[in-house]
Amino acid sequence: MDTTAEDRAAALALEPMRSAGPTSGFFRGTVQSVRDIVAQRELLHLLILRELKSRYKDSVLGFAWSLMRPLALLLIYYVALGQFLGAAKSIPSFAIFVYTGLTAWTLFNEIVLQGTGSIVANSGLIKKVYLPREVFPLSVVGSALFNFAIQLVILLLATVVAREVPLGERWWYFPLSLAVLVVFGTAFAMLLSAVNVYLRDVQYIVEIFLMVFFWASPIVYSWALVSNAIDDPALEAVYLSNPVTLAVLGFQQTFWVAGDGEPVPPDLGTRLGIALAVGIVVLWLCQRAFARLQSNFAQEL
Amino acid sequence: MSTTPVIRIEDLSKRFVIRKEKSLKERLLNFGRSNLHKEDFWALRDVDLEIEAGTTVGLVGPNGSGKSTLLKTIGGIIQPTTGSVLLRGRLAALLELGAGFHPDLTGRENVYLNASILGLSRQTTDRYFDAIVEFSGIERFIDTQVKFYSSGMYVRLAFAVAVHVDPDILLVDEVLAVGDEPFQRKCLERIRTFQKEGRTIILVSHGLDQVAEFCDRAVVLENGRVAADGAPEDALMVLRADFEVARQADLARLAAASPQDAAAAARFTGISVRSDDSEGGRPVVDEGETITIAMEVRSDAELRDWSIEVGIATPLGNPLFVTTTEMLGIDLAPLQGTRQFTLTLPEVHLGSGDYAVRTTLRSGDGAEIHYVPVGAQFSVRTAGSSRGHVFMPAIFEAH
Repeated sequence: MDTTAEDRAAALALEPMRSAGPTSGFFRGTVQSVRDIVAQRELLHLLILRELKSRYKDSVLGFAWSLMRPLALLLIYYVALGQFLGAAKSIPSFAIFVYTGLTAWTLFNEIVLQGTGSIVANSGLIKKVYLPREVFPLSVVGSALFNFAIQLVILLLATVVAREVPLGERWWYFPLSLAVLVVFGTAFAMLLSAVNVYLRDVQYIVEIFLMVFFWASPIVYSWALVSNAIDDPALEAVYLSNPVTLAVLGFQQTFWVAGDGEPVPPDLGTRLGIALAVGIVVLWLCQRAFARLQSNFAQEL
Repeated sequence: MSTTPVIRIEDLSKRFVIRKEKSLKERLLNFGRSNLHKEDFWALRDVDLEIEAGTTVGLVGPNGSGKSTLLKTIGGIIQPTTGSVLLRGRLAALLELGAGFHPDLTGRENVYLNASILGLSRQTTDRYFDAIVEFSGIERFIDTQVKFYSSGMYVRLAFAVAVHVDPDILLVDEVLAVGDEPFQRKCLERIRTFQKEGRTIILVSHGLDQVAEFCDRAVVLENGRVAADGAPEDALMVLRADFEVARQADLARLAAASPQDAAAAARFTGISVRSDDSEGGRPVVDEGETITIAMEVRSDAELRDWSIEVGIATPLGNPLFVTTTEMLGIDLAPLQGTRQFTLTLPEVHLGSGDYAVRTTLRSGDGAEIHYVPVGAQFSVRTAGSSRGHVFMPAIFEAH
């Protein structure tokens, strides 16, 4: 037994002293944060599973509930906007059009909304164990992506049923748009989850903002209607500077086969690329802000 | 044994800000003067500690002295205001049971999640899973959602996971008190094994006996500062003395608040121990000799219906012998002014070691008026034929 004790001491003597808790510093901290998160990927995986398992636990339908909301929304928009207000007349395959936009929007909405509450919801853990706290908003991103994948399968099935299967080069828009959504969603989730610890009002503000921004993207109305209504190119530029709008348009480029003849903003691919680049910088800044704010999490919760 | 420091704490201070205003309106109104509505509270002040590999350290102190805060800074959960905490090796913290247990998941799922939080890979958890479940002793419920567990089951599972993660440093905060006795004993045995394996354990406890039993070193914290640091016996003595000072202050405040309660003003003004052949200092007696405990009591107001309790305790404060004037069938006459008493113990059958005399002044209803935990000390010498606090002649024969 004494040998083990000595071996342990010897092994420990070789290890360098490290600081308890996160490393500060702007650039050095980034590298360290990324390394910490990568080291915790198994935990991240388990946390995502936990999110998914516990969300609809004890309900009979389980996961099916995660599909009910977008399907109900689809029904509302299809009937109310499509048929009664007549949007379906000017937009071909209105159901697929709406569902495409909803799929993209639901992903972003879920990441930001659930992500904002993720640190507070896991306060029990944060107060008791040191972990890179980024894993909590990230686990929300993971579970949102899982739900997104299910919705995507339904969307593809719908395109098969409608005989409008997206094929070929149009798929290039999809990964780019998805990346834009995930990067911006994660950035906001991280920043807002940290701010929410100090100011719980953020949670409610976010809900309202998301409700407003839903209508700022061409989800239930088409880009053609927007470009007809807006004459001022400056206003149009403002409208198109919303990364979520670009991502929704990108999704429609991929999945809305019936809309091929409809107008598209010029250089959508380039715009998406720029949005992605900006998004990565924003994500980095948000992570740094998160790192700064997280040092007092345990005592503020 | 080499001495490798595993934890080095330098100039550690932690400030909490207590904000008095609550609502947003109040905050806005007081924005310019917000400093008036803030109060600094230093939970830790200039703490310097170095903990070597393989030691078991007990952190003790009164409530609110910063023990848990110190443990949390070591665990990286709270960031220090100034100073630094450096450490090496894998750290597992048992700060609160069930941290990381999700009520909606089953015991099995929680074991994996919790092990992962404590830094164990999935393969390793697979390997240890059966051992963890067996240690916890809740095989039957492992596939039940944790929200249906009793608090004891929670503790069992959490502790089982924590001891299987192969930590180099284990932080334990007052968690062992929850399990039933067999399980507690199992935990303590495991802690002993850990000590043998050269792991470092930092224990926060109010169970001073537990600290005395397990720790190589005790650190007494008071108002965020290190009040004593050293062998458990010495550190605990400091702590017990401090507790007594605090209690006296309480009593004095009480007496000041209600002057008619004059009994509170009665107190011991002197206590000493004499043996037959010693004068002053700390007497050393041989087994079987006589000791005399002399006490002087002073009461400013008339003290009626009272008694004196005298006890002998180990240096750690475990009482070995207690007698009272009531038990001895003596009615003490009402007292005003100063009076001396002696208690003679003609044959001291104690094992060799140091002992403390504790005395208590009680009123008729049994309430403590004045308690002196260590009034005087003495040592006992024996021929060395036995160990322990009690001396008995022993005769061994072969038949």
